[in-house]
Amino acid sequence: MSSPRTRRTAATAVFLSLGLALTACGSRVDSGTATGPAPASCVDTSGSEMKIGFLNSRSGTMAISENTVFDSLQLAADKINGAGGVLGKQLVIIGEDGASEPTVFAEKAEKLIRSDCVAAVFGGWTSSSRKAMLPVFEGNNALLFYPVQYEGLEASKNIFYTGATTNQQIVPGLDYLKQQGATSLFLVGSDYVFPQTANKIIKAYAAANGMEIKGEEYAPLGYTDFATIVAKVRDADADAVFNTLNGDSNVAFFKEYKNLGLTADAMPVLSVSIAEEEVGGIGIDNILGQPVAWNYYQTIDSPANKTFVADFKTVYGPNRVTSDPMEAAYTSLYLWKGMVEKAGSFDVPAVQAAAGGVSFEAPEGTVTVNGDNHHIAKTALIGEIGPDGLIYTVYSSGAPIEPDPFLTGSSYPWATGLGG
Amino acid sequence: MEIVVTQIFNGLSGGSVLLLVALGLALTFGQMGVINMAHGEFMMAGAYTAYVTQQVLGSAGLSLMVSLPIAFVIGGLLGVVLEMTLLRRMYHRPLDTLLVTWGVSLVLQQLARDVFGTAGVDVAAPSWLSGPVEVLGFSFPRSRLFILVLAIVAVVTLTAVLKLTPLGRRVRATVQNRQLAESSGISTRATDRLTFFIGSGLAGVAGVALTLMGSISSNLGTSYIVDAFLVVVVGGIGQIRGAVIAAFVLGIVQSWIEYSTTASLAKVLVFALIVAFLQARPQGIYVVRSRSLA
Repeated sequence: MSSPRTRRTAATAVFLSLGLALTACGSRVDSGTATGPAPASCVDTSGSEMKIGFLNSRSGTMAISENTVFDSLQLAADKINGAGGVLGKQLVIIGEDGASEPTVFAEKAEKLIRSDCVAAVFGGWTSSSRKAMLPVFEGNNALLFYPVQYEGLEASKNIFYTGATTNQQIVPGLDYLKQQGATSLFLVGSDYVFPQTANKIIKAYAAANGMEIKGEEYAPLGYTDFATIVAKVRDADADAVFNTLNGDSNVAFFKEYKNLGLTADAMPVLSVSIAEEEVGGIGIDNILGQPVAWNYYQTIDSPANKTFVADFKTVYGPNRVTSDPMEAAYTSLYLWKGMVEKAGSFDVPAVQAAAGGVSFEAPEGTVTVNGDNHHIAKTALIGEIGPDGLIYTVYSSGAPIEPDPFLTGSSYPWATGLGG
Repeated sequence: MEIVVTQIFNGLSGGSVLLLVALGLALTFGQMGVINMAHGEFMMAGAYTAYVTQQVLGSAGLSLMVSLPIAFVIGGLLGVVLEMTLLRRMYHRPLDTLLVTWGVSLVLQQLARDVFGTAGVDVAAPSWLSGPVEVLGFSFPRSRLFILVLAIVAVVTLTAVLKLTPLGRRVRATVQNRQLAESSGISTRATDRLTFFIGSGLAGVAGVALTLMGSISSNLGTSYIVDAFLVVVVGGIGQIRGAVIAAFVLGIVQSWIEYSTTASLAKVLVFALIVAFLQARPQGIYVVRSRSLA
């Protein structure tokens, strides 16, 4: 008895819904760029200005996070220009929108390098955007400064990673939980590359340190109903939860956690993707006292950080907060400046050669570039979320930790076989 | 035993969330045949209404109950404005409607970002909805019980309005045979507008309920719109009871598969089941027997 029109409308709606659901899964990335010798750089060093590119998602789902990075990059550029520029040249910013799409990041990176002729590019957030840009930067022998903590297992001579790699965030987080007496863990993460890789490392660490993994659950990105997952967490009754969820899912997870009566005292949830920016959206009541692992908090008591926070609030307003990726982006511009000045040139091979040992008194503390893997040595800090929504350090690695993206160092004997 | 009870409750709870987000759509899409992609943004408007109400009132306990009727009116007004300015010009062009309302949804999202900022905001749950409640040794989250009750109240009220009031009779008459209804003296234009007001208002109410569960940001609508359409399509176009059954079945199936496997696999399997079901029964669980839609 159904009419053709009803059926057609129903079919349209289903296809539409499926289409929407599938676009959320991300698009395929073509990595086929030039394999031959890199084309000659077109960077113009003759004038009194030097162009650099900022490539962040100004639209799409990642815009919420990446706009904050863009803001702090802009702040760093303005401050550097105000202090005389780099090698006497004023920086000119070419801003591009990566639109939360890895393919767009690759296209725009190509445009910044080839037609805008920028000296270096700063930006990227998701690992998929970085992986999409990597062949572009290698093919053109150009430079990318990537400011976000990530899953490690990568080192390109054309990328400088100024966020934490695993041994500067996840491993110290585990050390902290172990020190707090946790003997069992429950792993909750979003279903994509960073949490899956992070959890492999966590499981290897746990096996070597006598910790039991009581469960491991993944939710699709953007998942909103955590009733079942949190019920599994409650029933498993582990000493602590290691949380690698990303984005809005954190809000749903922590609301459900509180709804089921679980607390930071009974079962702390250590998060690696929740910074000052995200606390407001989750609700302070829902996450009060929970630990997080990063390398920078707005509350760090140092002259460099006080200047950074004050400058940021002057430019962008007193209600804005500063977070780890923002600080890493700010620092990345200064590190590039240091490399260029040490090399005495904007030339990419010269900058790469000069990179090792370049150091900066960053808001997070002293950071130093590792010339071999292009990551930076930084201090790991575990923080606790306070009633004002800011994060307060409760544990520090004390000294900067040398970056070890493949966990091949002698401090990580348990990690054998994890590296690529 | 505890797992069985917990999972049945989680399934019912997930179903009640689906039902709340799909109920308004069952009216506008189901009864009127309008594919309104901005329905999710009406939910977002409801959620932000809860946020603003709480900022103004300052009391979490009061603001939730106060914001429910306000969100209903705001969602409804947004719907009426959309209907009067755009939709009524394209009732016979479903694909154009789809594109236009998709555009409207993007505009509303950007508007929310400009007004409330890109970061999410928080609506504090009232203390009487915080934490779990113990019943017969099982603990159930109070906020989920509240959403379950709210969904049931919404369905009962909507059904009563459609079945028992003159307004409901006009709506049903218009859906079943527009020409005959018009020739009987019913103003189908006014009926369309009112139906759209109620359907969009229910989206606003759903938005308030969602603040108890998840994040409140400009993305809120996009997270739920797909599920809402699925429930209506599986339930059968034009049937409230179809949407009720579909929502609870999907909720229970999802939570049961999720418990035995993983959340990602559960999503995939639920999609696969829906596709298979619609292959066998393209009209959904129920179908309106009418001549006017032919």
